[in-house]
Amino acid sequence: MIKLTQINKIYGSGGAATHVLKNIDLEIKQGEFVAIMGPSGSGKSTLLNILGALDEPSSGSYTFLDANINSFSKEQLALFRRYILGFIFQGFNLLKKTSALENVAMPLIYQGVGANERRERAQSALSSVGLESHINYNPNELSGGQQQRVAIARAIVTNPQVLIADEPTGNLDTQRSHEIMELIRSFNKNGITVIMVTHEEDIASFATRTIYLRDGVIERERTHAL
Amino acid sequence: MLFSAFLQAIREIRRNLMRSMLTAMGIVIGIASVIAIVNIGKGASESITKSVSNLGSNILYLMPSQEHGPGGNSAFTKPFTMKDAEILKASVLSLEAISPVATASVMALYKDQNYQTSVRGVNNDYFAVQKWELKEGRFFEPSELRTGQNVCIVGQTVIGKLFPLGESPVGTKIRLQKFSCEVIGTLNTKGANTFGTDQDDLVVVPIKMFQRRISGNEDVPLMMTLVKEITPLEEAKVQIEQVLRERRHLKEKEENNFSIRSMTALLDTISNVTSMLTVMLSAVAAISLVVGGIGIMNIMLVSVTERTREIGIRMAVGAMAKDILIQFLIEATVLSALGGIIGLVLGIGITVAVAYGLDIAVIIDPAISVIALVFAMLIGIFFGLLPAKKASNMNPIDALRYE
Ligand SMILES: Nc1ncnc2c1ncn2[C@@H]1O[C@H](COP(=O)(O)OP(=O)(O)OP(=O)(O)O)[C@@H](O)[C@H]1O
Ligand SMILES: [Mg+2]
Repeated sequence: MIKLTQINKIYGSGGAATHVLKNIDLEIKQGEFVAIMGPSGSGKSTLLNILGALDEPSSGSYTFLDANINSFSKEQLALFRRYILGFIFQGFNLLKKTSALENVAMPLIYQGVGANERRERAQSALSSVGLESHINYNPNELSGGQQQRVAIARAIVTNPQVLIADEPTGNLDTQRSHEIMELIRSFNKNGITVIMVTHEEDIASFATRTIYLRDGVIERERTHAL
Repeated sequence: MLFSAFLQAIREIRRNLMRSMLTAMGIVIGIASVIAIVNIGKGASESITKSVSNLGSNILYLMPSQEHGPGGNSAFTKPFTMKDAEILKASVLSLEAISPVATASVMALYKDQNYQTSVRGVNNDYFAVQKWELKEGRFFEPSELRTGQNVCIVGQTVIGKLFPLGESPVGTKIRLQKFSCEVIGTLNTKGANTFGTDQDDLVVVPIKMFQRRISGNEDVPLMMTLVKEITPLEEAKVQIEQVLRERRHLKEKEENNFSIRSMTALLDTISNVTSMLTVMLSAVAAISLVVGGIGIMNIMLVSVTERTREIGIRMAVGAMAKDILIQFLIEATVLSALGGIIGLVLGIGITVAVAYGLDIAVIIDPAISVIALVFAMLIGIFFGLLPAKKASNMNPIDALRYE
């Protein structure tokens, strides 16, 4: 479904240039659950941002199904993010002074979903992450783990085909992390392709495949027995 | 999408209520001044027009100078005489009535009451020119006019002051300064005229008596004429001019040393001045609207920078540049429209208050209200465009990384 060929990402230019991703080749099939691991600064978030159509590679090609994402206009990229992808950010990125419910309902505005349906779907997304009792809380009134779950609810409320998650358990204890991972695994079981960055081997073990990144190159990969 | 952008805008404005209100202040002041200035201007001209036409549009004022106002610069003024009035009456057939008018301020006394009022020397035609009617008694007899008898016709204000017990003044003798005169009639209440003078605050006497007892000379400082309804005012003017030039021995090339004025000319002048003032003041108000618009642009630019991350998040979940553009444009427009509505209410309030204060007609022009509101919104759109463009041109990853 997703195919990256010879992807490079270089920040800056001349002497100050940093070569963050180097000739990445990666293919992800529909329904896969891929974990990306690697030391801090190895380029994991950079790779996810490219997969999430938030950032452009310096060179190389990105195809989704048969579409060449590199050739997409800004509008087409927005539509790709709107209808195909769900993104969970490393730092939650929730809207301040905006309730959990409205945060989760927000992506649906851009899909043209009516207010009532938005509310219903946001509510059910929030209850699927166990936050039905906190729908009217603002982010600053929620714990880190609860904010993380609001961010997850926002990513899945649009029923995306691909869920991209940057350290979805980064702020959670082991107990909570495993609950979240069960949740993400259930999304995956329902047919959503998941690409997830993590630091921890036991979190990666929820995936069907783990890719190890180091200094911007794929060092090795491992397929898990289910 | 539009509606939720609208709700979002309301929410953003409420979130920063203080700042929003201060930002909208420029628009509030601009719209309020435009509304107040235009409406008050209209009310004033309407009131002036109405009362001037009540005064009579076929009245001509003859003054023995080129200056404004009766008398003018007396050193260079050759006054009219009684003879002028007689000859005009006899030779200008388009005149319905003509009366010499002389005015002075005197102390009127009756028993132990006294009151400072204005005494006016005229003939019977004066009442026809002014369309004043008697309440009681009679006008002057021709013999009284000819010989300048000590008789007078009194206005209601003076009666109120001198006869506080309500007895009828007709037949009594009141004192005007050093001489007494018999009250032969009283005038109906007429109220204040256009210029706010109480028209009932006067004592009318024969012009001859005025000259002998009060002014001590034969001068006629003003003549008022009523032109027949069927005669165009300009035609009567030309005829009067001819007679007066002859009477005043003016050679062919010499300029008039008198003037003939009509209320319509005065009306034109007044309405010209009013509309010029309205235009000028509105221009000043419009400038304050532009300044208000720049204030909105400024705050929206700040707001866009503050909300860079929000913009990034919205783009990350699929908002297009145009969605972001619309969101910020609507916010700027709602802000300025809000300012416009508050300004409209304030402007109408000012109009009503000032109209009551100045005792002029209260006119609220709905067209101006609509134009002002639309204009306020256009200002929002115009000055919101730059900030909104700035927001929509962001690229998602940079916006998300913004600290
Ligand atoms: N906008 C940028 N400009 C310049 N360099 C950048 C930029 N963003 C990332 N980098 C560099 O790219 C490298 C990879 O960053 P990235 O965020 O992808 O790391 P990561 O693997 O996600 O690390 P972590 O586990 O700490 O999140 C880092 O060395 C970082 O300094
Ligand atoms: Mg990272």
